[in-house]
Amino acid sequence: MSDHLSVPARDTAFRREIRRAARAMVEARWPIFAVIFLLAASIAAAFGPLFAPLDPNRQNLVLRLAEPMAAGPDGSVFLLGSDALGRDVFSRLLSGARVSLLVGIAAIAVGGTIGIVAGLLSGYFGGWVDDLIMRVGDIQLAFPFILLAIMFLVVLGAGVWNLVLVLGVGQWVTYARIVRADTLSLREKEFVEAARALGDSTLSIIFRTILPNILAPLTVIASFNVASVILSEAALSFLGLGVPPSVPTWGSMLAESRDTLIANKWWLAVFPGVAIMLTVLSFNILGDWLRDFLDPRLRERT
Amino acid sequence: MGSYILRRLLQSIVVVIGVTLVTFFALQAGGDPTYLFVSERASQEEIETTRRALGFDRPLHVQYASFVGDLARGNFGQSLSYRQPAMDIVLEALPATIELTIFSLVIALLLAIPLGVLAAINRGTAWDGSITTFAMLGQSIPNFWLGIMMILFFGLYLRWFPISGHVPFIAPMMAGDFGTAISNLPRTILHLILPGIAVGTYSLARNTRLIRSSLLEVLEQDYVRTARSKGLPEMRVLIHHALRNAWLPVVTIIGLEFGFLLGGVVVVETVFSYPGIGRLLFAAINQRDIPLVQAGVILLAGIFILLNLVVDLVYVRLDPRMKLMEGRG
Repeated sequence: MSDHLSVPARDTAFRREIRRAARAMVEARWPIFAVIFLLAASIAAAFGPLFAPLDPNRQNLVLRLAEPMAAGPDGSVFLLGSDALGRDVFSRLLSGARVSLLVGIAAIAVGGTIGIVAGLLSGYFGGWVDDLIMRVGDIQLAFPFILLAIMFLVVLGAGVWNLVLVLGVGQWVTYARIVRADTLSLREKEFVEAARALGDSTLSIIFRTILPNILAPLTVIASFNVASVILSEAALSFLGLGVPPSVPTWGSMLAESRDTLIANKWWLAVFPGVAIMLTVLSFNILGDWLRDFLDPRLRERT
Repeated sequence: MGSYILRRLLQSIVVVIGVTLVTFFALQAGGDPTYLFVSERASQEEIETTRRALGFDRPLHVQYASFVGDLARGNFGQSLSYRQPAMDIVLEALPATIELTIFSLVIALLLAIPLGVLAAINRGTAWDGSITTFAMLGQSIPNFWLGIMMILFFGLYLRWFPISGHVPFIAPMMAGDFGTAISNLPRTILHLILPGIAVGTYSLARNTRLIRSSLLEVLEQDYVRTARSKGLPEMRVLIHHALRNAWLPVVTIIGLEFGFLLGGVVVVETVFSYPGIGRLLFAAINQRDIPLVQAGVILLAGIFILLNLVVDLVYVRLDPRMKLMEGRG
């Protein structure tokens, strides 16, 4: 246990760090908007069905393609209009938030976990373990990701967890490379030597001594990554490879909107896209800010 | 340098083997692949016949060996929906996809350089602010949605551009009919503008940021300061000293760029009913035409690997520092 040395100082240092982060965030202004938007989207994702004005899957063939703010059934209002089957666009957007955020974050959890473990093993053991892991990563990156995803999803079929798996596996290399580089440099540091001298097991050294010290930069990658995974999820849903058709997603809503585009039913095409864009933009802004905050030297690079 | 080229070639071969492994095992990922080739109501007997006809009753390594053998002989299987060799159909759609990819690459690179430079030399001003904001937005817009929005605005509302279709340029060129190719060109480009912007914007945004930050870094180097203190005009310093080095990081990512662009092309083609490989894949996905999906994916992956190899080899020639790396492996 090498980390109990830092325990007494940790609590106040942690709080000070949080305060510093909050101040920096207010100063930078945009990240605050990003956080507020993402909080709202998360609430929509978690409790959306509770305050959705209508059932997102309830069809209403009399009130098809109603414009935004048009009167809905039983005194309700189609806030953002209704689609070709008379379903409420706003309620469907709220449901879509659930899929986008869930898939985005779960895929990062899958990819991040694989990548971190692979990177730690690669960096700590070196040798053939390192070679094997890194070459597999090279091969994967030599393949346009979306093609890989298409091929597996066609075979595996639509489904949230298939999507999470494919998108997650698609991300691991980035994490593995960064973790490997950091592990390599930490491996010979004094505190790792100390843990070794104290007789800690290899597993304990890797996961309790090294891992906590390399997590911070990964939050930056994760933030950008969530953004790009949400974009990929939307594209795959748009192609009909996402979740089953009964679950509304932003991507599949856009796919459906194409049929009524010529008839100028713009609200079906505009709102889901705005939702995707604002979510992705928020994660990108947050990633940018996190990078500057954690390591100002990196500011002008990447 | 010879050893680097050799190593890079070997690496590409390993990657190609990896691609065949992945495409082969993708089929097995969902369990017995026979079910992908029969209708849902097929009888047990039909399933058995299909299994034997397609060779799925053999051991996996035998199947893989014959799969690779078929690929090597250019046999990618029969498309289930067209009843023709899958690769023929994909190759027919390839020129249109190449046109779109090149057009969007031109947008992504040619516009990124002036924008990135403009932002870097005016660092901290309104120019810089609006260009970086634009780049941030460009990286956050789904390409297919951008396509849909442009169809709504420039296609249906302003009626400036056609919203679908394609006028071939490469295809008549390859057939030796240069007259048709040349007379088609203006309309080819007109049809490429909206889908090209939709595909290229993400890369454009990323490259703009990359060039900006790369140039900012170079501008602080000693040799730039020396050039300035010699009293050289700012424009000359910028072009001869700074840009020369600032664009190297961009060259390294051109190869990867193709990957992004190809991915974008696949989706955006569907939006614009553009008759390339992407739309073909989309149709094949919906009809569960597995051989066609495989042929399309393998072809695009192959092109991507080849381009990456070429870009890396060109890079060795461009960056003199690479020669020094030789001994270090």
